Amino acid sequence: MRIEYFQLIDRITEIDLAEPKILTQATIPSESTIFEGHFPGYPLMPGVLLIEAMAQTAGWLIIATTKFERMPFLIGVKEAKFRTFVQPGAALVGSATIAHEGSGYTVMSTKLSLNNKPVCNAQLTFRVMPFPNPTFETEMRAAGKRLEFPMEALADG
Amino acid sequence: MSSTFEKVANIITETCDIPRDTITPESHAINDLGIDSLDFLDIAFAIDKSFGIKMPLEKWTQEVNDGKATTEQYFVLKNLAARIDELVAAKGA
Repeated sequence: MRIEYFQLIDRITEIDLAEPKILTQATIPSESTIFEGHFPGYPLMPGVLLIEAMAQTAGWLIIATTKFERMPFLIGVKEAKFRTFVQPGAALVGSATIAHEGSGYTVMSTKLSLNNKPVCNAQLTFRVMPFPNPTFETEMRAAGKRLEFPMEALADG
Repeated sequence: MSSTFEKVANIITETCDIPRDTITPESHAINDLGIDSLDFLDIAFAIDKSFGIKMPLEKWTQEVNDGKATTEQYFVLKNLAARIDELVAAKGA
């Protein structure tokens, strides 16, 4: 996880287009300037960044189901619950499933877990639209490669 | 059994906190009720779930943008209810 680059997940470990579902790894860095403010003397991963980690997890599943033809943009957060404190170094597992695939939008059920125990969960809504420009799509494909996006899953789906 | 319009009106009331008695079959969701596109997606989600359909919002929006349809055809509630009935009927066909 590279918070300063807004890279909130480290790796895509599984994409199952049949269900469909996704699993990701998201390990909180041991050190970050963010922890100097949140909080001094008691470092905790901010809830807003946990939401972003869930959003990125969910977003990659949408990209997979639309076969890199569409980009999801987060437009709604509902029922967000932060169940435990998340400290530096925590190795989180992200997961997401599709709650509803609408026309131009998708609602996702998302969760982060630590040692198989839920850390946080939320229902996230995305507007799903064609990539605004080719450069963006190219960059997202590069980001997918960095995250070990399983391109073979697209062929299977 | 409540009508499609009644169900849609109740969804709008619950989703957007708009008083039920201000919503009529002639109401235009955008122009009269002031529902913006983001709130309309919440309504669409609730309608899709409630009726077991997928409203083709992108197609409708494209038709309006291309001048092939007016917003009244899709966003006046009695017309929206008719479109929903068509989608439900098509699903069962």
